[in-house]
Amino acid sequence: MNKIIIKKPGLFTTIQDQGRWGFQQFGITTAGAMDNFSMRIANMLIGNKENEALLECTFLGPEVEFGCDEIISITGANMSPKINGEPALMWTSIRVNAGDKLTFSGVLNGLRTYIAFSKGIDVPKVMGSKSTYVRGNLGGLNGGKLSENDEIKLGEKSLSNEGSYLLKGFMPIYKKENVVRVVMGPQDDYFTDEAIQAFLNSIYKVTAESDRMGYRLDGPKIEHKLGADIISDGIVSGSVQVPGHGSPIIMMNDKQTTGGYTKIATVITPDLNLLAQMSPGCELRFEKVTVEKSHELYIEYENQFKEIREFIDKNRFQFHKTKNLNLNISERIFNVKVNEIE
Amino acid sequence: MYDKTKFLPAGDRALVMEFGNSISPEINTKIRNMANTINNLNINYITEIIPTYRSILIIFDPLQISYGKLIENLEEIESSMGEGDVGAIRIVEIPTVYGGEYGPDIEFVASHNNLTVEEVIEIHTSRDYLLYMLGFTPGFGYLGGMDERIATPRLKTPRTKIPGGSTGVAGSQTGIYPIDSPGGWQLLGRTPIKLYDPISDPPVLLKAGDFIRFVQITEEEYKEIQELVKRNEYEVNIIMDGEVRSHE
Repeated sequence: MNKIIIKKPGLFTTIQDQGRWGFQQFGITTAGAMDNFSMRIANMLIGNKENEALLECTFLGPEVEFGCDEIISITGANMSPKINGEPALMWTSIRVNAGDKLTFSGVLNGLRTYIAFSKGIDVPKVMGSKSTYVRGNLGGLNGGKLSENDEIKLGEKSLSNEGSYLLKGFMPIYKKENVVRVVMGPQDDYFTDEAIQAFLNSIYKVTAESDRMGYRLDGPKIEHKLGADIISDGIVSGSVQVPGHGSPIIMMNDKQTTGGYTKIATVITPDLNLLAQMSPGCELRFEKVTVEKSHELYIEYENQFKEIREFIDKNRFQFHKTKNLNLNISERIFNVKVNEIE
Repeated sequence: MYDKTKFLPAGDRALVMEFGNSISPEINTKIRNMANTINNLNINYITEIIPTYRSILIIFDPLQISYGKLIENLEEIESSMGEGDVGAIRIVEIPTVYGGEYGPDIEFVASHNNLTVEEVIEIHTSRDYLLYMLGFTPGFGYLGGMDERIATPRLKTPRTKIPGGSTGVAGSQTGIYPIDSPGGWQLLGRTPIKLYDPISDPPVLLKAGDFIRFVQITEEEYKEIQELVKRNEYEVNIIMDGEVRSHE
């Protein structure tokens, strides 16, 4: 059986894909990879469908042992991945052999790292998705985060797509301070003008009470004009709720599907990826865009995947020969493995 | 109900179609009608919808349609849809054992309202509750129409774990916890049937527009039904087009 073995689970590692859509009217949330960009690129690099399930690792990566030869890719936050102790390149396809071990150190930048497998993760789809929704004990591997010695079955696909890589210009840069763009509403009319100004002109800090369900922010209070409670209505990823205490909460992919707090604004889709990579202590400022502008940005966001796919398909390292060289540098001998590429 | 339906932006790929700002069966009927109409039209640019008390959240694909055009189309659908597209009335019977370990707060609810436990059960089971919407957690139904005589504030300190199937009261609302969850409701009883089962199709037993009827059972019956549920042999009693027992 093709499989990987989780020797150490890391802090919070789950199986995710594009999410579980179509069941929110039953109270079942979407879940899905928090950083949609990194997920899609990870899959693209190894010739998978963009929405194939992969591992999402938070803050501290897992230790993974391969039970078969495999081609993988690692994207998102940089947790200094190593294969058998040797540094592994992110944002490329990586060939691994049965018995190899993938390890990580602490996160250098960003928060969430994605590991994709070209054979695919073979867990059952629940309601059309392999995404784990931990609070609902749903999907993934037995509905929960990964634990020590879990074995995950991989598919049977033969290996391809060796040598794929991404240009630096396509890679996101994770910063401690970000501008997060929002469309105002649906309940921005519940707030005073001063509150709206405070919301748009202040720095908010991501607190430790932030997870896949939502990000609680710390900063100037946002005052209601008409009270904080509404008749419960629908929530999307990116909804910025402001409960009575006046501190905003950005709802993320494990959100509840409905809620009774006012929503001052909604974060636009491309910027949810930025948020997914922000850890407690990071700071953000909200910037207002119109609905029309948000659509332009969305179309731009989707179009870049076409461009990236074209690049990956056209540019590939061709491995011809592998040589082992002994280099003598300043009286120290280094054994260097060289892949000759086209 | 508003004279003219409001459209509120909810980011770059969703909008809220708001029909009013109150909880009423009239608004909810309109919402079910609109939701069914949208579902039946199978519109390719609409990803999914979340109908709620007084609005529908519409999640759409901005690659396929602009915000303005979407609103135009939804207005067109609203003005041309028929009156009665809400389907047959379903009354779903929820067998419930009251009191004891199943409903540890029933004495409090009784004493808080100067009633006997029997009266609380009588009041809770004598009405059918309209399920306005599902949300919050998988399969959780927001029910309307509870008798104010058993209204009781939430627990001051919520319980960390309430067993799935528990039914209770929070303020003047009643409801059922589909899965084990933390919560502050005053618990009256518990049902052995599963409201949510991820591997069933559909995964959720109840749907918006259903009426819920609590039917008192004994502890013995509870255990019998529980066994049948485990073996997948229990059939929930759903009355089609029955007479709704309402307080109005």
